[in-house]
Amino acid sequence: MQQAFSRDVVVGLKQGLHARPADMLAREARKWQARIELVSKSQRVDGKSILEVLTLAAEEGTRLVVEVTGPDAAEALAAIVRLFDSNFHENDETAVDTAGRTTTP
Amino acid sequence: MKFSDFVASGAIRSHVDSSTKEGVIREMATALVEAGRIPASDLESIVKAILKREDLGTTGIGRGVAVPHTKHPSVDRLVGTVAVSQEGIDFDSLDGDPVHLFFLLVSPPDQPGQHLRALENISRQLRDDAFCRELKAAKAPADIQHLLEAADNHGMVS
Repeated sequence: MQQAFSRDVVVGLKQGLHARPADMLAREARKWQARIELVSKSQRVDGKSILEVLTLAAEEGTRLVVEVTGPDAAEALAAIVRLFDSNFHENDETAVDTAGRTTTP
Repeated sequence: MKFSDFVASGAIRSHVDSSTKEGVIREMATALVEAGRIPASDLESIVKAILKREDLGTTGIGRGVAVPHTKHPSVDRLVGTVAVSQEGIDFDSLDGDPVHLFFLLVSPPDQPGQHLRALENISRQLRDDAFCRELKAAKAPADIQHLLEAADNHGMVS
């Protein structure tokens, strides 16, 4: 049975939706049968494609709508929203990107 | 953002010598040093940071493309370069394919927007199969430069 759900999410990542979270998102999205789309003010992209997700260039604070359609839509939507809510486990990354130097934000 | 906003033309390489992930990253970072875009004294630190980022998850995003990158305090604006490997390099890519096209980015730690818009530009242009094919077929850095300019000017946007 086709089901359609959508939810608003806000990008909470300080660095925005950059390559690693985009990869996590696309990987999660591909686990589901449902079509998963991210909608910004100006475009609609396939959540299963990292290239498409990166074209959003979604900075911190960007509001997106996650639209999910398909037999497992409810579970898929919950999984995607969970990634945004957990901030894509971003905290692991800070130390690495500053090349071992301490930089204060 | 356009390619010309961040790609250092003097650092473009059409035939990388390396056949490994670390090798190509080092070669591209060295090209940025030679082009005067990053200080030689920071080369090792930048290479190390890019490799650490790769350890978190490959930047081989599929379609024969990788976007190795890091933030680093040695730059005050985003700098990048492009390289082509004719043979292809194993980059643990998401789709398992060898990588032929490399876009290496070094951005200031406090300006995530620049990095995001560079990624946006790269991914948008790379959705165009013809653009990918022509980049891979480039014989000289000038060919790559020309293709990037054409993409900037004509917006080969799908």
